[in-house]
Amino acid sequence: MAFEGLSSRLQNVFGKLKGKGKVTEDDVNEAMREVRLALLEADVNFKVVKEFVSKVKEKAVGQELAKSFTPGMAVIDIVNKELTELMGGTQSKLAKANKPPTVIMMAGLQGAGKTTTSGKLAKLLQKQNHKPLLVAADIYRPAAIKQLQVLGEQIKVPVFALGDKANPVDIAKQALEHAKEEHLDYVIIDTAGRLHIDEALMDELRQVHAAVNPDEVLLVVDSMTGQDAVNVAESFHQQLSLTGVVLTKLDGDTRGGAALSVKAVTGCPIKFAAMGEKIDSLEPFHPERMASRILGMGDMLSLIEKA
Amino acid sequence: TKTRTAFVEKVEDLITRRKKIDEEFYEELEEILISSDVGVNTVMTLIDDLRKEVRARKLEDPADLQPVLSEKLVEMLSGDEGNDNSLRLPDSGLAVVLFVGVNGVGKTTTIGKLAHRFKQEGKNVLLAAGDTFRAGAIEQLEVWGERVGVDVIKHQAGADPAAVMFDAVQAAKTRGVDVLLCDTAGRLQNKVNLMEELNKIYRVIGREIPGAPHEVLLVLDATTGQNALSQAKLFGEKTGVTGLVLTKLDGTAKGGIVIAIRQEMDIPVKFVGLGEKMDDLQEFDSEQFVHALFAG
Ligand SMILES: Nc1nc2c(ncn2[C@@H]2O[C@H](COP(=O)(O)OP(=O)(O)OP(=O)(O)O)[C@@H](O)[C@H]2O)c(=O)[nH]1
Ligand SMILES: Nc1nc2c(ncn2[C@@H]2O[C@H](COP(=O)(O)OP(=O)(O)OP(=O)(O)O)[C@@H](O)[C@H]2O)c(=O)[nH]1
Ligand SMILES: [Mg+2]
Ligand SMILES: [Mg+2]
Repeated sequence: MAFEGLSSRLQNVFGKLKGKGKVTEDDVNEAMREVRLALLEADVNFKVVKEFVSKVKEKAVGQELAKSFTPGMAVIDIVNKELTELMGGTQSKLAKANKPPTVIMMAGLQGAGKTTTSGKLAKLLQKQNHKPLLVAADIYRPAAIKQLQVLGEQIKVPVFALGDKANPVDIAKQALEHAKEEHLDYVIIDTAGRLHIDEALMDELRQVHAAVNPDEVLLVVDSMTGQDAVNVAESFHQQLSLTGVVLTKLDGDTRGGAALSVKAVTGCPIKFAAMGEKIDSLEPFHPERMASRILGMGDMLSLIEKA
Repeated sequence: TKTRTAFVEKVEDLITRRKKIDEEFYEELEEILISSDVGVNTVMTLIDDLRKEVRARKLEDPADLQPVLSEKLVEMLSGDEGNDNSLRLPDSGLAVVLFVGVNGVGKTTTIGKLAHRFKQEGKNVLLAAGDTFRAGAIEQLEVWGERVGVDVIKHQAGADPAAVMFDAVQAAKTRGVDVLLCDTAGRLQNKVNLMEELNKIYRVIGREIPGAPHEVLLVLDATTGQNALSQAKLFGEKTGVTGLVLTKLDGTAKGGIVIAIRQEMDIPVKFVGLGEKMDDLQEFDSEQFVHALFAG
């Protein structure tokens, strides 16, 4: 499972701290050096790591620690709070238009999982008794439209397509009209993968955005992404005003640092976690639970309580 | 049109800004390398080596360190056999190349590009649609086949991929094909069943043609972080990976993790992907790669 590697590294570090009746500044520095390494090995962006470590140090060396009877535990508690903060605090729900349909636009780098996630999201909405429409606005990737059609067929959700000769702006506009006529209440627009530095294609996305005024613009991010995740997220956010993030491929063994970094640089909440190739493997993302999982807080919290 | 706006050369900038090789210099250098996904362990080893080198050669000016650093990195990317990263294919008869990797990295696209390259060399190429799982995967490979002008051996969606490979190998033999390129479904390396399925594909090919597959290329997405190490290790165990293809280097990610993979598993990078078109594939050049590592 994703995050496991990071979790065990951090628990190791804290194992050394937790029994200490007295924690010196050296102890904190030593622990935070290891936390830094653990986070870097987990692909958390180095700038985010730097800030995180200095925040924790500041708090730990400050009064909080002096006051505590169990200083080791106090440090762990500080890290847990900061990490939860970093993951975005509380769970964030999908937006809903005042007047249906709610328009959701998917965006992201090539191969991140946009098309698959579009299908999964349609399935999730369908289960909640909504009537979604999938829109095939990727006219570039070979057989992208076919891919979405196969997914739509699997879950019996209509797919709006105009072939690969039409332009994505027209496709999106007409799809929206179609949804209104057919009384479909969610429109999910699958777009082609693109690099954040590809000006022509980023401009195309802005035009689609302007044409349909989406309620949600979701950046789909592969959870295996390394240090570049922040550049990508920052750039997409600047150009498109994202409203949320979907993390994919969390069924792997990645340490998942991209998850922490992307939230930190964009401020956008992570709304969903995709955990597999199957159409029903999409879940709402819970930051608190994810932070505790990373720290192995289940065990850690009980230790704090006992102490 | 793709532009990389206002990218300064990071290391050059560091070297002109810092007049001395001091702790802060090392710290900034470490950050540059880490931000390229080189990985903490590799970076720390590298910096330790540099410190020794600096002491031994009594270097003081950062400018004198740059060539040492580049040299070191290029060296880390070369194996015993030096810098020859070309494909090792038989001189005559059928050559089989198997493509493996996690989801969405660029396997199918790279097959299209490589088919194009072989075709231009006058070779007779055949493709095997071994991804019977992902929606639209067979059609995607067929579009590439049409673009490049090569045939695709396929079964229906959901069919046994090992059976597709068996048929593709037979077809390649009877048609006297030079190169057979085999696509497989993307899979995460921690999925035991899927990795066994891949191992079966690998064995079927080897049973039909002794010595095949002649190359097993693990396709890595340059945006991938430290997880690529785990990919190389586990795909290597199941399919004896012989080389890497590093895709999506046209973005801003550097793909520095291939240095750690070369260090720990001695797997060379053979090609890099620089876009989505048929021509966007180049042979790996370690000097160019190291240079790009330090740019922007
Ligand atoms: N294991 C796993 N695979 C996933 C997940 N989400 C997507 N995938 C796989 O990732 C690959 C790429 O997914 P796509 O949906 O085609 O990605 P995309 O972003 O639409 O790609 P482009 O349109 O080419 O940019 C496919 O093999 C999917 O099956 C996930 O959560 N877990
Ligand atoms: N920018 C860029 N995009 C690439 C490159 N190589 C592949 N892609 C894109 O990445 C996406 C995924 O490529 P695929 O070839 O479908 O990847 P795959 O590994 O076969 O994916 P699965 O079969 O779903 O596991 C597509 O949108 C490709 O066009 C590259 O070098 N640069
Ligand atoms: Mg897609
Ligand atoms: Mg493929």
